[in-house]
Amino acid sequence: MKILVAVKRVIDYNVKIRVKADHSDVDLTNVKMAMNPFCEIAVEEAVRLKEKGTATEVVAVSIGPKAAQEQLRTALALGADRALHIETDERVESLAVAKLLAKVVEEEQPELVILGKQAIDTDNNQTGQMLAALANMPQGTFASEVVVEGDKVNVTREIDGGLQTVALTLPAIVTTDLRLNEPRYAKLPDIMKAKKKPLESKAPADYGVEVASRVSLVKVETPAERKGGVKVASVDELIDKLKNEAKVL
Amino acid sequence: MSILVLADLHEGELAAATAHVVAAAQQIGGDIDVLIAGEGVQAAADAAARLEGVSRVRLADHSVYAHQLAEPLSALIVALADDYTHILSSASTTGKNVLPRVAALKDVSQISEVLAIDSADTFKRPIYAGNAIATVKSDDALKVMTVRTTAFDAVNESGSAAIETVDTVVENAQSQFVKEELAQSDRPELGGARIVISGGRGMGNGDNFKLLDGIADKLGAAVGASRAAVDAGFVPNDMQVGQTGKIVAPDLYIAVGISGAIQHLAGMKDSKVIVAINKDDEAPIFQVADYGLVGDLFELLPELESKL
Repeated sequence: MKILVAVKRVIDYNVKIRVKADHSDVDLTNVKMAMNPFCEIAVEEAVRLKEKGTATEVVAVSIGPKAAQEQLRTALALGADRALHIETDERVESLAVAKLLAKVVEEEQPELVILGKQAIDTDNNQTGQMLAALANMPQGTFASEVVVEGDKVNVTREIDGGLQTVALTLPAIVTTDLRLNEPRYAKLPDIMKAKKKPLESKAPADYGVEVASRVSLVKVETPAERKGGVKVASVDELIDKLKNEAKVL
Repeated sequence: MSILVLADLHEGELAAATAHVVAAAQQIGGDIDVLIAGEGVQAAADAAARLEGVSRVRLADHSVYAHQLAEPLSALIVALADDYTHILSSASTTGKNVLPRVAALKDVSQISEVLAIDSADTFKRPIYAGNAIATVKSDDALKVMTVRTTAFDAVNESGSAAIETVDTVVENAQSQFVKEELAQSDRPELGGARIVISGGRGMGNGDNFKLLDGIADKLGAAVGASRAAVDAGFVPNDMQVGQTGKIVAPDLYIAVGISGAIQHLAGMKDSKVIVAINKDDEAPIFQVADYGLVGDLFELLPELESKL
């Protein structure tokens, strides 16, 4: 089977973000960027399915600025076979990403599409579900286990209060939760080899998709700062403060 | 304005989250309908009818909606959507699973984890794991959104709405429920716990996490972990609190042997009271902790357990 994996370039999860002085957005100039952690898990899962012989080809796709090609090269170094970059400098929201991915799905006809459950910048947790709707496919969101069996995929999902397993008829969409796997690191020879793997570049207009958003960002603010409190000298003092001052015990 | 609230169910019963979402719907203003979709959920519909501010409960009780699978449930909501200007649910795993699918089928955007309602089309929501708050305005005719329940107080149970049956049955050949394994732990679930105690790299190894268990049992707390503790293999990653793990906002959060990296703070800094126990008095966690205790956790934890 062919697997399509969608990856996003986001601010590195360790970076302390800054809101721009004019409150128009978060400042991304000269900030370390990386592949979204949930997308890394998606790539790893696709590569593992290939190593097991379930998948024959893994195609990585990313939508974003020219620099997103770095994250596609990372996906190739981790084991994807080829990559597709849909280049745009616009702020592309989930619905537009899903529309573009739906066109790619139509073109590539993958049997499984794996995405991260959410990007750590916008925190939307929408794209996989929207793609499933537009491509008329079943969805296995927040997956902690993925087992392909014949024309079905069994997905164990992390739900509030436990786990739920669903059987989906292929082709299907899966979004990854943290527990699904532990992504590998790319080795230097693989990084070198990835430079020779095919990476095709296209534009949203090639798919006839309008990326302009109907949700506008009015302003971005820093949340109320939390101030440090006091240091206590002993366990007794701590328990006393929690009982009598904070009243949480 | 007319608003449809998708109710959360837990083992067939109405979940507490729904009363919080109705409160958010009241802030938008207009008629509020609650949709109960599931199998054998009459009692949940009765409970929803008692929620203050609800005009009507719409009850879709059919085996196809059992376990609230996304495919039939989203098709059902789409079939009802023309009656509404807003469709809301809590930002539970069900809401997150179903509503984006509804939005795409209606060709509108979805707004996730709404924290505050400025007006019927303008909302506040957290981005970058809560390190920034975005105000967004939607020009879509239909607003589809999930609500962060901790940001809205639950409505009372003083209502008496009419219950109306919805006969729409959506065929679903795409997905099938196989099984559910709900955590049977006596401890509360991490995301909804009133008290959380978490361990970090300072715990040293997985066995030492047992030091937290006794305290958690005495406090009725959930046990969490930092990414460092998960990456070091001490505990499984479903215990991870942080930007890539669970976001928690309990009344009391006790961080033990956790330095307080940005990634971790992102997951717990909205807790009401934060306690840090750490041997390094320079650790960044002390900058956000209401109460800090500097010392060796291997001495302090047993002492704390014995004195609670």
